[in-house]
Amino acid sequence: MNFLALVGRAFIKFLGVTGRLSIFTTLSVSHCFRPPFFMRLLMKQMIEIGYYSLPVVGLTTIFAGMVLALQSYTGFSRFGAEGAVASVVIISITRELGPVLAGLMVAGRVGASMAAEIGTMRVTEQIDALKTLSTNPFKYLIAPRIIAGLLMLPLLVFVGDIIGVFGGYIVGVYKLGFNPANYISSTWEHFEMIDLLSGLVKAAVFGLIISIMGCYHGYNSKGGAQGVGAATTNAVVSASILILTFNYILTELFFATTPS
Amino acid sequence: METPKIKLDNVHKSFDQKIVLDGFNMEVSAGESVVVIGGSGVGKSVMLKCIQGILIPENGSVQVDGDEVVGMSTRKIEKVNRKIGMLFQGAALFDSLPVWENVSFGLIQGKKTPRKEAKEIAIDVLAQVGLGADVADLSPAELSGGMQKRVGLARAIATKPEIIFFDEPTTGLDPIMADVINDLIVKSVKELGATALSITHDMASARKIADRIVMLYKGKAIWAGKVSEIDNSGNPYVEQFIAGKAEGPIAMELKR
Ligand SMILES: Nc1ncnc2c1ncn2[C@@H]1O[C@H](COP(=O)(O)OP(=O)(O)OP(=O)(O)O)[C@@H](O)[C@H]1O
Ligand SMILES: [Mg+2]
Repeated sequence: MNFLALVGRAFIKFLGVTGRLSIFTTLSVSHCFRPPFFMRLLMKQMIEIGYYSLPVVGLTTIFAGMVLALQSYTGFSRFGAEGAVASVVIISITRELGPVLAGLMVAGRVGASMAAEIGTMRVTEQIDALKTLSTNPFKYLIAPRIIAGLLMLPLLVFVGDIIGVFGGYIVGVYKLGFNPANYISSTWEHFEMIDLLSGLVKAAVFGLIISIMGCYHGYNSKGGAQGVGAATTNAVVSASILILTFNYILTELFFATTPS
Repeated sequence: METPKIKLDNVHKSFDQKIVLDGFNMEVSAGESVVVIGGSGVGKSVMLKCIQGILIPENGSVQVDGDEVVGMSTRKIEKVNRKIGMLFQGAALFDSLPVWENVSFGLIQGKKTPRKEAKEIAIDVLAQVGLGADVADLSPAELSGGMQKRVGLARAIATKPEIIFFDEPTTGLDPIMADVINDLIVKSVKELGATALSITHDMASARKIADRIVMLYKGKAIWAGKVSEIDNSGNPYVEQFIAGKAEGPIAMELKR
């Protein structure tokens, strides 16, 4: 009966969340630039996010590259364009699959653990304890995670790109019978710096999204173990949706071509 | 007259519809040890958090050394908190850090003490709460509840703060250890000249550590007086509380 009221309530709630998130983001980022800096914690987070995500990112990208080579070969051989396999692999991996797959995997791995850790600290009063020990939780907990996310994701994606292209090479050479030298030279020929760079910029944005969503949901969690569980889920889901949204927006910004 | 170390004036704090503090008044002078008693859930822990700026009262004034905490900037609240050590009811130890780093957290972060020196101080303070040096490198999760409580106590006093808050320091401890902790609190107040504000349900502990006792009920301080006066307070609420009787003016809400 009160459809408009429902829509209105949902909209107001949405505005509230957007507002709180903006304030949280501004506060978090501003604390990244103001001393004191916790270098020890930053190092710890960089290792946690960068180094320990390598296996996950490596595995996803290598299989993505392999399946890409296989699928594009099947498609292109129908009109005799098998030679395009190497170019499809390098372009798709650097532009899209590298950053998006790495972003989603790291959102699941790191975003969830951030939300769970900070959420547990919230419900067990450890965040209050930080404040009583005159330590700002934004500087101690959140800034290191945000900086680490921003710096480590591009690095991960760069490694993931190389592994993904290598996966395409393996399938191309050992299964589809391409000449190794030809495959490599064809890959180089179609490699464009802008593809790689746009992918790395995307990765940095995704890193920011993952850290902010993990920290935001953890920091605002309430109500014991159940609340922490909800925060973890929300962190992963919202980060994944935002990653896909921003992936589209950034692609528009980088490669928007108006049809002539 | 001297400015009181802590002064709460007409403090109101509620969560959604639930009124917790409803015009609470209290003063604590420098070097004094005050114990707040009151039933479970009346808002004793909330009151401590209001003094430290962790919770913000809707109404009223909270002063520490004459400085108004309500509405103070985060940075200034940090400065006020540097004077305060706090033992949380649930210990609230940082589980990502070993025990000794928990104890010396305020020294390392606040006072920039070198880590090696901070660890020596931590082991020393741990000894005061009856914990051996072997505990120092364990993680808080490896300790029993009572041991965690004592580590929390060690963390609260490690920086030798001017003001110390103890939220139920002796719950979860055996009677002997509880008495050791009572002595430690008395010692901190007498020897370091600290001001202590404690919360407890344990009347034996209250009698030992308090100079003055305040009773919190329905959001207000309904009684305040010297320890020696508690047995003839003439206040039926206080009488019921210290006797621990189910019958009396404090009706426990156990309907149905
Ligand atoms: N963050 C919060 N959000 C909502 N309600 C809260 C919050 N903190 C405390 N309360 C409510 O405030 C009331 C007082 O809580 P408080 O922890 O101060 O009790 P207490 O007097 O310390 O009790 P106890 O002796 O059991 O520790 C409780 O009813 C509790 O439900
Ligand atoms: Mg309490």
